[in-house]
Formats: sequence, C-alpha cells, structure tokens
Amino acid sequence: MSILHDLLFDYTLRNVALGSMLLGIVSGVLGSYAVLRGQALLGDALSHAALPGICIAFMLTGVRTPLVLLLGAGIAGWIGTMLLLRIVKDTKLSEDTALGVVLSVFFGVGILLLTIIQHNENANQAGLDKYLFGQAAALVASNVITFAVLGAIALLIVFLFYKEFKLLSFDPDFASSIGLPTRGLDILLTSLLVIAVMIGLQTVGVVLMAAMVIGPGAAARQWTDRLPVMLLLAALFGGLAGVSGAVISVQASRLPTGPMIIVSLTVIVLVSLFFAPQHGIVPDALRHRRDRSSLRAPDQWETVDGGMQ
Amino acid sequence: MFNNTPSIPKPHLSSTNQSAPIKDEAAAVTVHDLTVAYREAPVLWDVDLSIPAGTLTAVIGPNGAGKSTMLKAILGLVPVAAGTVEIFGHTSPAQRRLIGYVPQRGSVDWNFPTNALDVVTMGTYGQLGWIRRPGKEQRERALHSLEQVGMADFAQRQISQLSGGQQQRVFLARALIQDAQLYFMDEPFAGVDAQTERAIVQILQTLRNEGKTVVVVHHDLESAPEYFDWLVLLNVRKIASGPFAETFTTGNLAKTYGGSMSLLRQRTGEPLPR
Repeated sequence: MSILHDLLFDYTLRNVALGSMLLGIVSGVLGSYAVLRGQALLGDALSHAALPGICIAFMLTGVRTPLVLLLGAGIAGWIGTMLLLRIVKDTKLSEDTALGVVLSVFFGVGILLLTIIQHNENANQAGLDKYLFGQAAALVASNVITFAVLGAIALLIVFLFYKEFKLLSFDPDFASSIGLPTRGLDILLTSLLVIAVMIGLQTVGVVLMAAMVIGPGAAARQWTDRLPVMLLLAALFGGLAGVSGAVISVQASRLPTGPMIIVSLTVIVLVSLFFAPQHGIVPDALRHRRDRSSLRAPDQWETVDGGMQ
Repeated sequence: MFNNTPSIPKPHLSSTNQSAPIKDEAAAVTVHDLTVAYREAPVLWDVDLSIPAGTLTAVIGPNGAGKSTMLKAILGLVPVAAGTVEIFGHTSPAQRRLIGYVPQRGSVDWNFPTNALDVVTMGTYGQLGWIRRPGKEQRERALHSLEQVGMADFAQRQISQLSGGQQQRVFLARALIQDAQLYFMDEPFAGVDAQTERAIVQILQTLRNEGKTVVVVHHDLESAPEYFDWLVLLNVRKIASGPFAETFTTGNLAKTYGGSMSLLRQRTGEPLPR
C-alpha cells in the first residue's frame, strides 16, 4: 500500500512513473506498427540520429530547456529517417546496411559534438550526456505535461487513421491502388514514431530507446491475432514496464530508472515469448506433444484445398 | 474515393464519343509508348497496346518479361520513364480507381494479425474515404464476397492459417467487393489447386459476361486457350496482342519465349497451334 501511496503523493515518484508510463504507451502503440512493417530497427536509427540534433539545438540556443533540445532531436531524427528511407529506395543497399550507415554516422557526429560542447567553458553544458542513457529520475511536472500533450496528439492521429495505417502496413500496393497516398502516410507514421522517440530520449535515452519501440509490440503480438487487441496490449505492456521500472528504481534500489524500465520490459517480453497461450514456446511444445500422441489415421480427407507451391 | 471522382465508363453503349484512335470497340486500357526502368535496365520497353472492354485478357510471357510491372505501371504503383496510360479513354490518375487489383499473393506478410473477413473488408476502404470506419453494411458485403469465392466458412480464420489457394480466394473476394469496371490480377492461379483454379476462372468469366474487363497475368500456356478471349504477349517489348485465337500462334510464342520453345513443346505435349 505504501507504494500506491507514494505513487499518488510522492512528487518525484509520481512524475517519474507518469512520464515513464506515457513513454511506454506511446512507443508501444507506434512500435507495434514498426514491428508489423518489418521496420523494428527504425526506432534505433531514429533515436541515434537524434543525438546530433540535441547538440546542435544546444549550441544554437545555449539553453538546456528539454523542449528546445527535444525539438532539435526530433528534427535530426526525422532527417535521419527520411535519409534512411531514401537510401533504401534509391540505392542498391539493403535496409540493414542503410540503417547501419545512418545510425553510426549520425551517432558519431552526435558524440563528436557532445565532446566539443563538454570541452567548452560554458558552465551550462552539464547534463547533455544524460540523453545517452536517459534521466527519468529528473523528470518534473512540466516534462510530464509535455509528454502527455505530444503523446495524446500521436495517439489521436493513430486512432483517426487506424484503417489507413492498417492497410498501409498490410498491403501498401493495394493501398496505393485504391488511391491512398502511401508515401505521405508512411512519412506521417514515421513522424509519429519520432514523437515517441522524443519522449523516450529524456527517459530511457538514445541507446535503450530501440527496446521501448520493439519490446511492447513484439510481446503483444504473442498474445493475439487481432490488430486492435495487439495495439491495446502493446500500450498496456509499455505502460506497465514504465511504471514498474520507475517504482523499482526509485523505491527499492539506487539503480537508474531507464535501464530498470528496460529490464521490466524484458521480463514481459520473455514471459510472452514462452507462455502466451497461442504462440508461446511452451504451450506450443505441449500442444505438439499432445497432438502427436493422439494422432489417428484420417477417415477421409476433409478438403483437397490449397496445393503447395 | 480518396480524391477525385473518376468518370464512370459506359461500356457497350457507344464507341464514337472518344477521340482515341480505337478500332471498333471501346478500349478499357490503352497504353502508349510505355517504358519502365529499374535504374539503367529497362523492364518494359516502348509498349503500345489496347485492351478492349468486356474481354478476359491474358498477359503471357517468360519470367522477368515485365508482366507484373506493366500492371503496376498502369496502376501508378511504379514510376514510369515514359508513356501514357488511358483507362476508359481518360488519362486522369483518378481513372485508376476504376481498377480492382489482386496483387501477387507473396507480396504481403500473411502473418499480419487479421482475419479473412477483415482483409476482404479492406476492399471497401476506397469507397469509404478517409477516416470513416467500415460498419455493418461493409461487413455484410464482405461476407457476401467471401461466399462468392466459397470462403464464407473461413471468415473469422486468421489469415496465416489459410492455405495458399484460400489466401488467393480471399484476395479475389477483396477485389470483387471493390465493384470495379476493370480488374487486374497478378498470377491469381499461383499455388492454387486445380479445383480452386476452375472456381476462380468461373468467377472471372462471370465478371466478363457482366461487361467487366479482366486482365490476368498467366503462366500456363496449356490452360490459356480455354480460359481467355484476348491475349497480350510480352517480353520487355510487346510481342503481340489481339483476339486470343489469332494471336496464340507458334510464331508469336517463339518470339516471346525465344530459345526455350523446345521446352514449351515438351510442356504442352504436342506442337503448338499453327
């Protein structure tokens, strides 16, 4: 009960838990689309690409206001992602190669700029490197409100264009053929993922953000074969990982919050991989064994459908 | 539809109202000088052809002949290096909305979390327009469409649990619900057993008899004469096109398939016509 009490009344814990929960929900929903479209590592490229944006925003303005830095992060991440999609479209490089190039070039430039800033005399600079692994413990109420507004916009757009995004993810050629502007929708969906990453940079940081994008969706897919249920479960798993990671790190240990959130998420992913009733490894193996022991010769073939290729 | 309203064709009414140089029947599709290239290599080279409305047309050619690419270019799915496309006499991109499309079965991930009914319902999205969700009416039509292809019992089935032939029929049902004037089907018989193939052909012939135009990428030379009444032979360039019986000649096929003609003879088991 004391944890519940603290969640409601402890200012720090409440902000950290709320901020982490919002991150989990938004990245869970948008990450699900990335997972379904086979672009699971897009979040990784995006968050790494955001680092130089944070540095440049700081160098230009000289302020450390999260909103300014996150705006820089969002713009740089967005440019990196568009570059990535462009490389895949216009060159012979495969997606993973293009991803590796964009990710390491942007991240390298980011680290370079970070070092320059740190060598500078400006006393204001301290703390930029917190964006590498996040600084969830330092979240304040104004951060949480920013997250809530950004997240609400992203989720509202996902809700409005649910059917368009679904068709884009399942069959983009058919979507084009009925007149949907698939390129615009693709950019919109990716831009929403940028919002999720912007929220995540302050909480779990550049390096661990990929897990927040992939984890909830991958876990949710194990439990259901329906897209709306998958999206809801991903939001639930992401939010749960955020809250539990925040509570454990603030209450029970002196472990950093970002990594703790990822550890909580990992537990959820592992349980889902092994024990989800339909697709889990353990139920699957049990079913297989039962089926084999109760195998009988068929009385007659029920259907003669579906030849193999 | 999503933006402009295409002009609705009136096949079989009159053929004198269009300025396009079409012989006697109104054309569903007319392609002028169509060239498509992936980087330097041309996939389609300077293709000129016209497919009359109300035909069941086969597009035949070897692998890599550009058959799928031609359908995609007409649909606006791949960038075109040169050429123009007319659908029912108009070049406006909005005309493409008159086409119901059956992509290759392998072009999508069948592990996507959805069921057969939902996939078929996607065929109504174009009519619904932005944001509006499919409702009871759309689901009923989707169910009816599944019935037409003999898949009503599988409506709630997760799509990865369908056989190849069943997946193909789900795609066909999704095109049927579009209620199009013109259908493009990319290898609808791939991975399908003989019984399903016959069922699909029957549906295509019914569409044709209702005045619709159906264009099918096809591979099997043996069954083609039985199914189709118009033929396009393609191998990067257009080799020939016209009424099936007149176009399906040994000479044209030799030009289309080049050196592999002896193989073709083995496959059909006897000398090819003429």
